Amino acid sequence: MAAVSATPSFDELAVGDVVAEHEFALTRDSLVRYAGASGDFNPIHYRDDVAASVGLPGVLAHGMLTMGFAVQPVVDWAGDPGRVLDYQVRFTRPVVVDPSFGAKVSVSAKVGQLDADARAARIDLTVTFDGATVLGKAQVRVVLG
Amino acid sequence: MNPELQGRVFPPAEPYLVGREKVREFARAVFATHPINHDTEAAQAAGYADVVAPPTFAVVVQEHTLAQLLAEPDAGIDFSRVVHGDQRFTSTRPIVAGDLLTATLTVASVKTLGPHSMVTAETNVTDAAGEHVVTAISTLVVRGDE
Repeated sequence: MAAVSATPSFDELAVGDVVAEHEFALTRDSLVRYAGASGDFNPIHYRDDVAASVGLPGVLAHGMLTMGFAVQPVVDWAGDPGRVLDYQVRFTRPVVVDPSFGAKVSVSAKVGQLDADARAARIDLTVTFDGATVLGKAQVRVVLG
Repeated sequence: MNPELQGRVFPPAEPYLVGREKVREFARAVFATHPINHDTEAAQAAGYADVVAPPTFAVVVQEHTLAQLLAEPDAGIDFSRVVHGDQRFTSTRPIVAGDLLTATLTVASVKTLGPHSMVTAETNVTDAAGEHVVTAISTLVVRGDE
């Protein structure tokens, strides 16, 4: 990630192409940082006792944190965060963040559909934690040059 | 949950001024490392007035309107039972540092599924000129007794 890249050419894309992949290593620190940045201070995202008291298997990552980073490989591929004009997800499974080992979440971004008139691509994200997907219908619409 | 909430439009939330350091802080929190999110010169070279917020930044603005919904006296929403079901952002343009944003929430639908209820809230975000920037749509599931 991070390198400034040229915007990919719409004409070179095909449905099914994997355009980006990345693994994110979350720690409890990531959750505290996101809580502060977003203003979501629900204690199930940083307190084991509160998480346990409501029957959760552990402290969970904010769904919006997972949504937030899952799109970043697509942003880097597109070369400009302003090219992402529509982004939706369904939260299907929680990401449990271990106090010592954290959680590893992998993202794979694939071309799902191409809109030649708008020169836009629908990129479908597969977001996986602990061998199972955590987001459903995760779709990013990217307008290309 | 009160089914009569459907169609209700809340008063606009207090205008939100997007700060450059807030954009950078949020970008770091979502692992956004693109220079356009952090570096004013890179953003300006790409044609933006200032650093550009990540695609999910609108949640910060939307949050204030969801708080209005949850606090509505006749809504009947027990916050401790709320689960975020899905989320969408549909933008006309990205949010940029310096934007003064006004967010207005409309309850698009209220549905009941057995003991659970689902409320879909649409927050329309406009800039200082009154132009549309982004619509943030959340579906919240309120778990009932099983």
